[in-house]
Amino acid sequence: MEKGVGIQIEGLSKRYGAGDTAVDALKEVNMSVAPGEVVGLIGPSGSGKTTLLKCLGAVIEPTQGRMTLGGEVIYDNGWKIKDLRVLRRDRIGFIFQAPYLIPFLDVTDNVALLPMLAGRPNGESRARALELLQALDVAHRAKGETSELSGGEQQRVSIARALANRPPVILADEPTAPLDSERALAVMRILNQMATQYQTAIIVVTHDEKIIPTFKRIYHIRDGRTVEEAGEGRSLE
Amino acid sequence: MISLAGRDILHSWGKFVLTGLGLGLLIGVTFTMAGVYRGMVDDARVLLNNSGADLWVVQKDTLGPYAESSSIPDDVYRGILGMPGVAQAANVTYLTMQVRKEGTDVRAMVVGFAPGQPGEPNYLVAGRRITRSHYEAVADVMSRFNVGDRIRIRRHEYTVVGLTRRMVSSGGDPMVFIPLKDAQEAQFLKDNDAIVNSRARTAANPALNRPGVPGLLEAIEASQTSNHNVNAVLVRVAEGRSAEAVAQGIRRWKHLQAYTRAQMEDILIAKLIATASKQIGMFLVILMIVSAAIVAFIIYTMTLGKIREIAVLKLIGTHNITISSMILQQALGLGLIGFVVGKIAATIWGPLFPKYVLLLPEDAARGFVVVMVVCMLASTLAIRAAIKVDPATAIGG
Repeated sequence: MEKGVGIQIEGLSKRYGAGDTAVDALKEVNMSVAPGEVVGLIGPSGSGKTTLLKCLGAVIEPTQGRMTLGGEVIYDNGWKIKDLRVLRRDRIGFIFQAPYLIPFLDVTDNVALLPMLAGRPNGESRARALELLQALDVAHRAKGETSELSGGEQQRVSIARALANRPPVILADEPTAPLDSERALAVMRILNQMATQYQTAIIVVTHDEKIIPTFKRIYHIRDGRTVEEAGEGRSLE
Repeated sequence: MISLAGRDILHSWGKFVLTGLGLGLLIGVTFTMAGVYRGMVDDARVLLNNSGADLWVVQKDTLGPYAESSSIPDDVYRGILGMPGVAQAANVTYLTMQVRKEGTDVRAMVVGFAPGQPGEPNYLVAGRRITRSHYEAVADVMSRFNVGDRIRIRRHEYTVVGLTRRMVSSGGDPMVFIPLKDAQEAQFLKDNDAIVNSRARTAANPALNRPGVPGLLEAIEASQTSNHNVNAVLVRVAEGRSAEAVAQGIRRWKHLQAYTRAQMEDILIAKLIATASKQIGMFLVILMIVSAAIVAFIIYTMTLGKIREIAVLKLIGTHNITISSMILQQALGLGLIGFVVGKIAATIWGPLFPKYVLLLPEDAARGFVVVMVVCMLASTLAIRAAIKVDPATAIGG
């Protein structure tokens, strides 16, 4: 077990198809994000961002490489975890471009659903959801319907949902795309706060010019390869 | 764990209830069809029970008097009365016809019976029994006649003096009871023009109008204008005697057909309404298929409308079983609403049908099981679609 690592990938490759039609979407990608750190993953369309996110999210299988999550090797030229569904449920948080909240559940239950799926009692799950909603300043909407929330509030609820099972890593897929500058920066502020508060490693896939200067560390992905560089780390205050 | 299906139903209850209502009306039609069949069977049984007979004596080689026409002389009953084991025997006639009342007419089975004998309606719900020898009638309430109404049967007017209930033919037509002599006349007597024509035809026949044989033509004409036939003799067997044994005696010595109650029930249910029951059976099958198709379509469409949510649920670790169970519960919920609405609808509109609709609790129980199984099967299409959803579709769009 490697300590002090939120998520680490080494030599991760993904090939689609075979033979002459094979496409190498990822070519020996290396990446490391520490607990409490928020890094950006940027690149043009078709560069492999989404493929990398899907590999990290354990929804598609890489072709080769190694992945460590919270110090445990989860992939080493093959999955080391039997039940990827449980891995996603308990150890990876997802934030999407649109909030994709479950419309038939109220705000609290949208967040509490994850702990409940993990087998935690309803009361405990709801208490944890309320705690997160308070931390994200949407507790006043706890009993409301998701459709009654503003775009920013919905995104905060989706962040709360991603944090609900205290995962070591959160994958955020363009979380600020539909938001204006002010709200986008607010979301980034929240992500940084949460990363620090819950010691979660957060990878934000984006090509949103508004938030790129806020990252301290950025991974550029181009033609399936990543290049690490220091970001501006502009203040969010 | 919260009930995802329950929450989804509560969230879009309006759509759900309206769909359930539509499905329920269809299920109501299905229940009613089954009720119509049950009503036909029950009518047949009640017809036999209310006739008060143990044996039906009819023309040889016929399935009379209900399933086929039968004609036997009206003095046969005297001979039957003298047979061992016979307690009572009485003539009856049955004739299905239009009975007129003030410009309107009602299709009814006119029954001719001898008062105090088998074949008489065994209870009245209004008025009195027939006390005069002619031109009085007792009608089933389904005819919508009232006590005191004047009705016309063939050439004569009758006064309705009493009303009975659940006395209908196997075809569901209400019965109108009149004295036997009147019924014989209504059934067999020709109209005046036909009598005049028949007399002229007989007189023109040299074989029947022979010179030098006085009284021959008149005798033949008299026999042509009167009729002493009935459709059946209803027999009540003496206590402790076997109906089948008495029937065997009648068949052997009287050269007539005699049916026991079980045999008559078989004729009425297995033969007379067999085609109708097959017809209703076909309707039931078609309605079941249509209901299944509707449930499948609705649940499938509802599931397709939630594909993105299902992808997100799967991505965040929801088990396929949980999602399948959500869809299944919704299908069953829809079926439950449909069943309740259908049962209520059938109970409300059943009595408005012109024929008796009998809704049995065991049919409702069977219907409930069938509805649930159909909904379960119908949900498989949607479950398949949900299971096929790739959680990766939630990422990257």
